[in-house]
Amino acid sequence: MKLDVGNVRKIASLARLSVTDAEAEAYVTHMNRMLDYVAQLSEVDTSKVPALEHAVEMDTPLRDDVVRRPFDVVRGLENAPAAELNMFRVPKVIE
Amino acid sequence: MSADLCHLTIDELAKLLREKKVSAPEILEAHLKRVQEHDGKIGAFLHVNAEQALAQAKKAQELLDGGRGVTALTGIPVGIKDVIVMDGTPSTAASRMLEKFNGTFDATVVTKLKHAGAVPFGKLNMDEFAMGSSTENSAYKKTTNPWDTGCVPGGSSGGSAAAVAAGFAPVTIGSDTGGSIRQPAAFCGVAGLKPTYGRVSRFGVIAFASSLDQLGPFGRTVKDAAHLLQFMSGYDGMDSTSVDRPVPDYAAAHDRGVKGLRIGIPKEYFIDGMDADVEKAVRAAITELEKQGAKTVPVSLPHTKYAVATYYLVATAEASSNLARYDGVRFGYRAKDPKDLADLYIRSRGEGFGPEVKRRIMLGTFCLSAGYYDAYYRKAQQLRWLIRQDFLDAFRSCDVIASPVTPSAAFRFGEKSADPIQMYLSDIFTISCNLAGICGLSVPCGFTGKGLPVGLQVLAPHFAEELLIQTGGAYERATDWHRQFPKL
Repeated sequence: MKLDVGNVRKIASLARLSVTDAEAEAYVTHMNRMLDYVAQLSEVDTSKVPALEHAVEMDTPLRDDVVRRPFDVVRGLENAPAAELNMFRVPKVIE
Repeated sequence: MSADLCHLTIDELAKLLREKKVSAPEILEAHLKRVQEHDGKIGAFLHVNAEQALAQAKKAQELLDGGRGVTALTGIPVGIKDVIVMDGTPSTAASRMLEKFNGTFDATVVTKLKHAGAVPFGKLNMDEFAMGSSTENSAYKKTTNPWDTGCVPGGSSGGSAAAVAAGFAPVTIGSDTGGSIRQPAAFCGVAGLKPTYGRVSRFGVIAFASSLDQLGPFGRTVKDAAHLLQFMSGYDGMDSTSVDRPVPDYAAAHDRGVKGLRIGIPKEYFIDGMDADVEKAVRAAITELEKQGAKTVPVSLPHTKYAVATYYLVATAEASSNLARYDGVRFGYRAKDPKDLADLYIRSRGEGFGPEVKRRIMLGTFCLSAGYYDAYYRKAQQLRWLIRQDFLDAFRSCDVIASPVTPSAAFRFGEKSADPIQMYLSDIFTISCNLAGICGLSVPCGFTGKGLPVGLQVLAPHFAEELLIQTGGAYERATDWHRQFPKL
């Protein structure tokens, strides 16, 4: 598996990251080195090995569905980069 | 008196408080003064909240005066890694993305510490979003190693480790996803404990890799770390991965001794190319434990060599999902004059995240993308199963495992930052513990010829933190590494 600038730009667009040409080149080098490095995992036959999702056995805890107010609108908007009329402000979505 | 207060253990400070020889606000003031005088050189703190902390110290003093509700931590200042959200306090995870983010609630650990009467008083530097092994990835400042300011303090909890070593706080909290507590603890010559996954609530912790992240304590002694762990641990309804199990008396385990304890020595953790001084110190520490009645047994963890590769697939995949929340809409950095919503997302993220964070998001996005999931992410989860199985098998013939924390002592600034893979490999002995979900401890066990601290790593099965404290405690009582302080 070898990635090129085109692959990297596609991945960046999936990840919603702007990349400069210089960054794209650097990602190609770095990601190809990482893919070479992780290729060693293919030495291990895992055809009969389950995938580990939780390192510690745990049940799914259930609780009553209770409405809570962790904080009010004013606090919720405290960290908003832009807010107006008690709402988050974003660029126009529909023309 | 003031400077002396900054080198005492929690038990020693608690005794002075009980005997009314010092007050909680005086203890806090002594530490604030030391931070003011010396942190210019160390750079451990991103933010000090003196005013809030003083109010909390006064509350602690009222508890002490009333003699009710007093715990081992009442009146004890605690430094908090900046990955943990505190109400009314900047909580940035050392990222430009969260430069203006102020906590609007307390993380569960902070709430628990406050209930115990502890005094959280500042936010500690780290690698951005806990991604790194040297704290060089902080978007804000460099943190130096108090033992040699030309060297890194380790990471990602570099500020937490350096603050304890420098006497800025008796104890601090860090987080450990692949070694981010144990490695900086080893580099800075302090004790650091990574609890079992699920032992400590992650509610209010800025997420990196959710199946690996765990909070834990730093202290100059294992006993101090045990005291802090006591009040951090336990089930939390706000974190469905926290585990509902009783919390034992951790500090009581400290003096149990190691007579008859079986210590596994994994051959895969004593490798060619290891620093000779590190190996010598670690082997001497193991010999000391044998002198106290522990027995060593050889064990094997055959999948160790795959741990770093497995980790960088699992951790980056989870990071790419977790960090999707930073979109410039509700909180965090927003790019100037976006032309539309897509442009707002793309440029806010491109400009707000630092280079290492973006590298990891890119790799994680790739290995979760259509057509590559089975070859990378699922394969890594299968290796993870094998790595956990290695430990379950090893723990049939031993109670704990002992090893070095890192193959070498603290490295110099810039030494590894040019090559991310070299940096990743410095975590080779700590990463498996997170993948397996077990608990681990770093205890100071000597110095290299250049005067840099060395750490002994002790690993124990799921929820066997008492064995870590017991082993570390026995070693600590026989040695005085924890009583040596760097000159600032």
